[in-house]
Amino acid sequence: MGIEIDLDKCIGCGDCEPACPFGLLKVVNDKVQLVEGCTLCGACEDACAYEAIVIEAVAPAPLAGEDHHGVWVFAEQRNGKLKWVGYELLAKGRELADTLKTELCAVCFGHGVNDVSELIAGGADKVYLVDEPALASNQEDLLTGGLVELVRQYKPAIVLAGATALGRSFIPRAAAILKTGLTADCTGLEIDKETGLLLQTRPTFGGNVMATIICQSRRPQMSTVRPRVFRRGVPDKGRQGQIIKVDFNKERVTARTKLLSFVEDITERVKLDEADIIVSGGRGLGKADNFKLLEELAKVLGAALGSSRPPVDEGWIPYSHQVGQTGKTVCPKLYIACGISGSVQHMAGMGTSECIVAINDDPNAPIFEIATYGIVGDLFKVVPLMIEKLKSG
Amino acid sequence: MNIVVCLKQVPGTTKVEIDPKTNTLVRQGIKNVVNPFDAYALEEGVRLRERFGGKVTAISMGPPQAEEMLREAISLGADAAVLLSDRAFAGADTLATSYTIALAVEKLKPCDLVICGRQSIDGDTGQVAPELAEVLGVPFVAYVSKIEEINNQNMRVQRMVEDGHEVIEAPLPAVISVTKEINVPRLPSLRGLTKAKSAVIPVWTAGELAAAQDRIGLTGSATKVVKIFFPQRVRKGEVFQGEASAQVASLVEKLREAKLI
Repeated sequence: MGIEIDLDKCIGCGDCEPACPFGLLKVVNDKVQLVEGCTLCGACEDACAYEAIVIEAVAPAPLAGEDHHGVWVFAEQRNGKLKWVGYELLAKGRELADTLKTELCAVCFGHGVNDVSELIAGGADKVYLVDEPALASNQEDLLTGGLVELVRQYKPAIVLAGATALGRSFIPRAAAILKTGLTADCTGLEIDKETGLLLQTRPTFGGNVMATIICQSRRPQMSTVRPRVFRRGVPDKGRQGQIIKVDFNKERVTARTKLLSFVEDITERVKLDEADIIVSGGRGLGKADNFKLLEELAKVLGAALGSSRPPVDEGWIPYSHQVGQTGKTVCPKLYIACGISGSVQHMAGMGTSECIVAINDDPNAPIFEIATYGIVGDLFKVVPLMIEKLKSG
Repeated sequence: MNIVVCLKQVPGTTKVEIDPKTNTLVRQGIKNVVNPFDAYALEEGVRLRERFGGKVTAISMGPPQAEEMLREAISLGADAAVLLSDRAFAGADTLATSYTIALAVEKLKPCDLVICGRQSIDGDTGQVAPELAEVLGVPFVAYVSKIEEINNQNMRVQRMVEDGHEVIEAPLPAVISVTKEINVPRLPSLRGLTKAKSAVIPVWTAGELAAAQDRIGLTGSATKVVKIFFPQRVRKGEVFQGEASAQVASLVEKLREAKLI
């Protein structure tokens, strides 16, 4: 198993060199050489016309698959309120289920969760609702065990969940118990027309490379998706669906960790992931005090306040404001980036915003490459002028 | 307190550039380093050892050159290091990786706490730590930003969530993943550097871990990469010209026209 290069077949044409996304192949003396670091992605195998490169994979075991049907969405709740990301996944899940001609189900764990019927309006054919006081606080051992039990009982083909702090923490655990594949932070999901497999596309290497991943022989195929990557559909109040109450098996699943308290970050006046407009600041702000200027602009616009990573690292603003790869993914109508140069990590978190405005004194800052409108200039001059202009109407 | 810290060797830059001619990642001059998030995990492990005694073992699954990184971990305070390296491990996804690492943790028992970084900067999945916890059958807490209290039976930690932080109590042994807020990693000490130089770093292969062949590497992986491509940035926007006030006026006008404000 692994990559094998047959040097007798290799003619040194070099076609494989540019095919390797990691630049690990080099033709030396008319023969290709491989540097350490191969991920066995197979790009070179396809590029070689002489069949000199073979990725030797063991034939997939003919495991379950036939008896797994349906697309599931984990509908996350917090304090009895369903999270927006669940509806976003239902919109995408509906497409997938329609292509597969199968059912779309939402799975919800909680206690006294409000508006569960909204999940049907959002596209679900069925909602599996597990209502139990112990589930109210999203204790992760219970969610992991509960989800695994449901999956084993109903055998879905696909399970989608939001890549929230909760989803990223417990969904991998469920996948490990089920010994199946999980693809994190997908930005694209579609069904392969020929095989019916879920094609899961995600950014890797800080967003520089996109990889499409499949889970061929194990079920369910599982993906997490960051909030605001897919769009919520228009709720259809007339949709018919079933809410199925499922008992929680308290004997089989026990909670080992205990939530003692939750400390809310109260500096977030308008929630980032719900905001239509975000005003965001970067290293160019220079110091904590200068965020006041952006706060003023945000206030005039009714916007949420965001940040790139450097101000968070410097302690100018709490982590809950961070947008990017290790912060939040946002997709507002308008994103105003002030003094943000635009690292790939930051752009991975806001690049899909409808309109991006960049204000930066460096005309070569990468943020201008994705900006809809740009102003090259000193933000300490530009932002006050904006505030003045907006106030004057 | 016996602690295992999981490290991953990654390309030493987050600014991966693409060669426009060949459309591949430029790797020349890029040194491999310890995954930045794992450096916080190592530091936390060393701090706990300094407070409570015991042993910190750094482990990594990777190619032979990852040994260099493990040596660095010793210079930063780890007592010992083990490299899990075998061609049969290649192509592992998070499921196969977590299984392999779990075997190593079992072999290193007794172990009170396994500390991982929140995610790697190359793969970015953050899945190995929770999957590892499940293979080991122990509790897991993600995104730990502070260990408030810890003893041999229990810990109380702060963990970061979207809108604040939670305080969580968990029994040991356990697996945690840590964020950069947890500490400021130290620089290598002179004593550490000397120790690192002469340290013997054992290499454990699939055979030594008694790994099931169908659970490691490509064979043991549930997922497979079928296509790799480079995202195209197509948006080319408008940069305003002229005096700052005129630029601001144009911008506000455009935004109002588009009914964005």
